[in-house]
Amino acid sequence: MTIIKPAVWQKVVWAILALLTLGTLVVLFFIIGYITSKGAGSLTPEFLFGMPERMGKEGGILPTIIATVYLALLAVLIATPLGVGTAVFLTEYTRESALTRVIRFGADALAGVPSIIFGLFGFILFVVRMRMGWSILSGGLSLAFMILPTIIRTSEEAIRAVPFNLREVSLSLGGTRSQTITRVVLPNALPGILTGIILGLGRSVAETAVVIFTAGSSLLIPKSLFDPARTMAVHFYILAREGISMPRAYGTAVLLIVSILAINAVAYLLMYRFTRKLR
Amino acid sequence: MPDRIVIESLSASYDGHPVLRDINLTVQDKEVLSIIGPAHSGKTTLLRLVNRLADTERGLRRTGRIALDGREVREIDADMLRRRIGLIFATPVPLPGTIYDNVAYGPRLHRITSRRRLEGIVERGLRQAFLWDEVKDRLDTSALRLSGGQQQRLCIARTLAVEPEVILLDEPCSGLDPISTAQIERAMRQLVAQYTFVLVTNNTKQAARVSDRVAFFLSGELVECGTPSQIFTTPRDKRTDDYVSGRIG
Repeated sequence: MTIIKPAVWQKVVWAILALLTLGTLVVLFFIIGYITSKGAGSLTPEFLFGMPERMGKEGGILPTIIATVYLALLAVLIATPLGVGTAVFLTEYTRESALTRVIRFGADALAGVPSIIFGLFGFILFVVRMRMGWSILSGGLSLAFMILPTIIRTSEEAIRAVPFNLREVSLSLGGTRSQTITRVVLPNALPGILTGIILGLGRSVAETAVVIFTAGSSLLIPKSLFDPARTMAVHFYILAREGISMPRAYGTAVLLIVSILAINAVAYLLMYRFTRKLR
Repeated sequence: MPDRIVIESLSASYDGHPVLRDINLTVQDKEVLSIIGPAHSGKTTLLRLVNRLADTERGLRRTGRIALDGREVREIDADMLRRRIGLIFATPVPLPGTIYDNVAYGPRLHRITSRRRLEGIVERGLRQAFLWDEVKDRLDTSALRLSGGQQQRLCIARTLAVEPEVILLDEPCSGLDPISTAQIERAMRQLVAQYTFVLVTNNTKQAARVSDRVAFFLSGELVECGTPSQIFTTPRDKRTDDYVSGRIG
């Protein structure tokens, strides 16, 4: 058996890994490129800021943009305090026990539930049982449940990663436990917590199954929490599925992708500025 | 001199393994009491029991009494107790943030918000820790950029800003160079007019230089306690003699 020289072996490994990375990038850029080439032509001011006509075959997509913003923000506003609060409780106020393991297992199980189940659950509980109807509120609550596990687990990891001795410093200076959490633990865990919130925001923006069941597919601009609405993702789904207008479907998809990229970019920027301030 | 901290029949164990056995020790007002002894003698545990940071540790049990000014420390609210008994850790731990924010952290916890008062407290703390001249022009830069010796003096300034009555130091110079060590010892000797110090150290020479009294711990027992000259020149116990002359430890 011939022995491969370590230096040669290193180069082979490098080449394999580089190829794999390249493959990932090719797939990513192919998807973005394909959708952009199909949809970029539709992105006119009238399309972005106009009202849809003939079920979306003509006109713009303004109501779906507004609905997407409302729903995603509402979901994050509901899920953030619940998720971060749960994470703080699990990490700072409990010791590892059967109870914390059950809660964590529950959160993990929730993360694995297909989104259509959340949709059905939201439909039965909020839309029908609680009589909220198809509405921004029903949709926001259902999306909040969907992204809750992500926010809990990322916040928990971020809080756990804050060095223990920082807590001891705060305590040794006479800080109470809650002061230590608000002044030392949470600020230092913030980049990680923000990552979870951003992931949740992105998932809410992109989600269709939950929204179609709970917020409906109205093309009117929602004026209150109790109005039904159609998000960009649902609009894309309906336009494509029912063959109403492929160019407009791709136009909506481009905007969807651009907004998710923008959300991520803003998040990285915020995190970068925040961590630099601490350094 | 009145006794500030009185420790009586104190024993402690981790998961059943004894770490302190029947300790009787007093800390007098405005003295530097050094605790010397090899690793695993229970010195750090003793400090953490005094300011109750050990409360958070699972599996630690203690019996006996630790009293601050006659009152059992477990009957004092932990945060109030720690305002009165500060602790400097072996490795300096600056909080992420500026030099100013570090020193102002304690006073802000205790609801001091006036900018002028905070500035005064920060300057006084940094002066007392002999750090002011080195950092006065860059209070708004990150504390993490300071050298190790500067960071430890910053931690001392941060503790002083809370104006504790007793300051516990857990091998504060263990990772520092001789010049930084000398600065910290100088600060302690000056501050002992206002504060009471309990210094855990592995460095017997340091104990000889700065202490009013020295206590020697071995395997969780207090072997003996006396003035530096007595401990280092005429120890009563053979084990103390063996340790200070370098035969054990």
